[in-house]
Amino acid sequence: MSLEFLLQNVINALQWGSFYALIALGYSMVYSILMLFNFTHGDIFMTGTYIGLGVATGLLALSGAMGIVLPGWLLLAMTIVIAMFLTSFVGVAVERVGYRPLRDAPRASAAITGLMIGIMLEYGNLAILGTQRLLFPPIIETVTYNIFGVFVTNKKIVIVAVALSLMLALHLFIQKTRWGMAMRAMSFDFQVVPLMGVSINLIAPMTFAIGSALAAAGGILYALAYPVLDPFMGILLGWKSFVAAILGGRGSILGAALAGFLLGFIEVFVPIVFPSTFRDLIAYSIILLILTFRPYGFFGQAHSTQLRL
Amino acid sequence: MSLLRVTDMTHFFGGLRAVYRYNLTLAPGEIRGLIGPNGAGKTTIFNLITGIHTPSRGTVALEGRNIVGLRPHEIATRGLGRTFQNMLLWRHMTVLEHVRMAHYAQLQYGLFGAFFGSPRRYAEEERVEANSLRLLRIFDVERYARQIVTSLPYGAQRRVEMARAMATRPKVLFLDEPTAGMTPEELTQMIGIIRKIHQEFQVAILLIEHRLKFVMELCQRIQTLVFGEVIAEGTPEEIKNNPEVIEAYLGKEEVA
Repeated sequence: MSLEFLLQNVINALQWGSFYALIALGYSMVYSILMLFNFTHGDIFMTGTYIGLGVATGLLALSGAMGIVLPGWLLLAMTIVIAMFLTSFVGVAVERVGYRPLRDAPRASAAITGLMIGIMLEYGNLAILGTQRLLFPPIIETVTYNIFGVFVTNKKIVIVAVALSLMLALHLFIQKTRWGMAMRAMSFDFQVVPLMGVSINLIAPMTFAIGSALAAAGGILYALAYPVLDPFMGILLGWKSFVAAILGGRGSILGAALAGFLLGFIEVFVPIVFPSTFRDLIAYSIILLILTFRPYGFFGQAHSTQLRL
Repeated sequence: MSLLRVTDMTHFFGGLRAVYRYNLTLAPGEIRGLIGPNGAGKTTIFNLITGIHTPSRGTVALEGRNIVGLRPHEIATRGLGRTFQNMLLWRHMTVLEHVRMAHYAQLQYGLFGAFFGSPRRYAEEERVEANSLRLLRIFDVERYARQIVTSLPYGAQRRVEMARAMATRPKVLFLDEPTAGMTPEELTQMIGIIRKIHQEFQVAILLIEHRLKFVMELCQRIQTLVFGEVIAEGTPEEIKNNPEVIEAYLGKEEVA
């Protein structure tokens, strides 16, 4: 295996890791605060991608009508920011309608509700937009750089850079702001935190909003690389990212991000050695094996739900 | 005017009468004790007043304004702080973070300011940090400021919890067994600290306690609760010599 080949695959792994990590963060944040696996999250990712499609199409049409040509990177940045903003409301709505009434109910009820809302999002999309797959508009041109024999596209650089910046922003938010601190405290109890004047009904939707916004960003980045969208695209990516969240340690933000990238690496490097049809079988056997020895994941502890970084 | 007034507060858990016709008038700066055998409903009274449960009947007024039906964070913001019997600390956070977090309601900066580091945010955070350190000093835990709270000795953890409660600037402070599990030295120190915060912040205190010596030493008036009802109320001297109180406590020891 040549060094170029290795580096080529590292770049691919980083790209896939970015998708998984961005989605896994949403699972982890919600879990650590509400002790709840938000099984709607994969479909929120899908919804966010479609919202991104709508925003990008709208912006292209708008700039076309006004006769201005916006540079691709600006269009992309605007699409990501607007779609993140809009998708956060989807998360807030899911929390308000689906999970808040069940806050004191058994966790299984909440999980089932989440799954059902997810199916509603999938088929709601199908009902509104029809069965044909949609193409995400090519808002930036692909440019390929040859760096010492390693081919890197500008899209891959953008994907990894945006994903890492968002993770850094999340880290700063959780560590430095009063809401982030409230989230960390809430991962321990619902009893004392309100006594500090914190409304749980503010922090819980905020957590969903952030997780959903990150999923939307992940979706748009995903669509840059794989522009064909369908309403069920969130299922497999959602489940795999969920595995990453577990592997990272339930409730651990750093763990979710690292495990997302690890998943990307395993998935990219397994087919180099084995036939590609074996990819997921072997990749997830490896993860199952890791979890056998570390059942709480990388950064999880027994019965811990803490939002740690 | 009374700071906190509870009138005829009654609460049922299903068919169980947990609290019956409880009355309390707390004047500014008063320290009052609430004693009674296990299961008498002392903590339930705290939970009812702080909004964790809503009383079935009765009224609770803080500074003359009704607080029944408000949510816990709203009641807290109006000036009611408390600590817990089992000391609910945030196990992975540092001592300083606990106290800083307690300033949440006093911070005004918005999302925009948070992300772009507005001068207001820095000014506010600086003020919070200074005030947090001052509180840690008062509670004699300043040297642990950067440590994870669970690494502290037990008595120091209790004091962190109390510093956290004081950081919310309460007018009334509820202490649920503040000396549980403490050594005699820590207990003596705690008496000093409660006196000190009482003087410095002019806060009214209602405390649940099992150690009678502690209650007798600190409180001007004491209520004795048995099966959700106040059976005796008075000065420490009166309570000590009240036959019903003695019986309630002896009765408990017979069972034990």
